[in-house]
Amino acid sequence: MSAAVAAARSAAPAAATLELSGIRAGYGDFQALFGVDLRVAPGEAVGVVGPNGAGKTTLLRVISGLLRPTAGTLRYGGHDLTAVAPHELPALGIAHVPENRRLFPHLTVEENLRVGAYARTARAHFAERRDRVFSLFPRLAERRHQLAGTLSGGEQQMCAIGRALMSGPRLLLLDEPSAGLAPIVVQQVFALVRRIREEGLTVLIVEQNVAQVLRVVDRAYVLETGRIAAAGSSAALAADPAIRRSYLGMH
Amino acid sequence: MDPFLLEALVNGVLLGGVFALPVLGLNLVFGVVDVIWLCYAELVMVGMYAVWFLYTQAGWPLPLAFAACLPFVAALGVLLHVLVVRPLLRAPPINQVLATGGVLFVLQGVATLVFSTDFRSLGVEMPPMEVGEVFVSGTKLAAFLAALAGAAALWAFLKFTYVGTAIRAIARDREVMPLMGVDPRRIYLITSAVGGTLAGFAACLLVVQLDVHPFVGLSFGPITFMICVMGGLGNMLGGFLAAFLMGLIVSVGGFWWNTEMSYVVAFVFFIAVMFLRPQGLFAR
Ligand SMILES: Nc1ncnc2c1ncn2[C@@H]1O[C@H](COP(=O)(O)OP(=O)(O)OP(=O)(O)O)[C@@H](O)[C@H]1O
Ligand SMILES: [Mg+2]
Repeated sequence: MSAAVAAARSAAPAAATLELSGIRAGYGDFQALFGVDLRVAPGEAVGVVGPNGAGKTTLLRVISGLLRPTAGTLRYGGHDLTAVAPHELPALGIAHVPENRRLFPHLTVEENLRVGAYARTARAHFAERRDRVFSLFPRLAERRHQLAGTLSGGEQQMCAIGRALMSGPRLLLLDEPSAGLAPIVVQQVFALVRRIREEGLTVLIVEQNVAQVLRVVDRAYVLETGRIAAAGSSAALAADPAIRRSYLGMH
Repeated sequence: MDPFLLEALVNGVLLGGVFALPVLGLNLVFGVVDVIWLCYAELVMVGMYAVWFLYTQAGWPLPLAFAACLPFVAALGVLLHVLVVRPLLRAPPINQVLATGGVLFVLQGVATLVFSTDFRSLGVEMPPMEVGEVFVSGTKLAAFLAALAGAAALWAFLKFTYVGTAIRAIARDREVMPLMGVDPRRIYLITSAVGGTLAGFAACLLVVQLDVHPFVGLSFGPITFMICVMGGLGNMLGGFLAAFLMGLIVSVGGFWWNTEMSYVVAFVFFIAVMFLRPQGLFAR
């Protein structure tokens, strides 16, 4: 265990600033990120929007250590995240809801939540956090003994977010939580994200649904082919003619 | 019903219980680590020697020898993982099979060097018991009940603990596990220890029924693999049920013909299953 993680475990993880600068990353010879600078302060909700293949998922994978950057720095508070093993991130207070939810379909809802509370720092809080997740998502409480693979798309997304909350994160990374959901369910998911951030969590959310996400976040970055093409407050981006043309379907 | 047929059926069920443990161990390791421990029966063989040595040579009480056998074979499972399997995790499956197959011959060779090829017997036998009109070997009944208890303990571990739940989860999605705070390397180690423990448990149950010799693994290893494939590799419940099916086939076949023939029948049945349901009898 790294010293950073040991220190973090002695106390509840503190809110900290996530800071990326000059991050480059890719897959083999293929480069997907070309020097990304990004910052998320405690308590902020920040969006990353951009077209398919822009590198949004890659960016989140770099933050949670599933993919190591080839250049640049990646810091969370006092910690150099590139020196932390990915499985130690929950203990630092970072949770990641991956693209396509990635639930364990053959486990029940409650068992999925238990896996989310695997980190030693989280186990003692299992019952209390599970009940909080169930109060956030009453539908999951009804289906707690149902196999996750049999849930509807919306319920699965709720379960995936609930699973991430089980580790008691201060920073929540969300990868396209609205993908593949019916419009009404999309509304519910964004209402939830709003509620989560009102409870004080820091949120970094990747989305293609730009109109919706700009209503939830304070600021957003526009990522295009691995580069930050624009950044600003939600209001400024929503008013930007280029953004309106490309992402909001307005002329 | 013919009491002898009834006896064969009862013995088949008892035999199935003993097959079940190594089947569960092999399936668990394969389901999680995705590598077949071809030397599994030889781990059992080493465990049998351990019990035999501690009981007859070192003079330990039998329960203590059993209790020592479990952590000993568990440690062998961990060593096997660290020294042989882990370096080959990304290697082609054929290399993994060849490597664990090589360990099989090494263990047979070492056992021959240390203990010679003599058949070693524990020399313990529990009195037969009469249940209704059927005589049942007390030893086999005790082994069967212990096997069921072992299987139940494994089930509870996988169902109710954090590590057990993570073991079931990782069998489906490896890449996402670190996001849950799970270190896959550690889960592989624990799984290998549990797989070894089950081999050690099986050794305790077999050493009271079979003489130990360096090649004793051949008398139950092949059928263990057949059962695993029949139940669907990696499918714990399928393997468990297939163990009883195979136990019945062997036992009833031995009643109608003889022991040698019963294994031929079991093998023919296995081949038939592979033609009709190559994904295994109990695949979902
Ligand atoms: N495992 C991989 N191996 C090789 N290339 C990959 C891999 N994953 C992603 N890529 C490539 O990296 C680039 C960025 O992919 P990424 O998944 O980060 O995009 P994205 O912005 O999340 O897209 P989407 O909105 O479709 O999810 C794409 O060109 C993609 O083809
Ligand atoms: Mg993506």
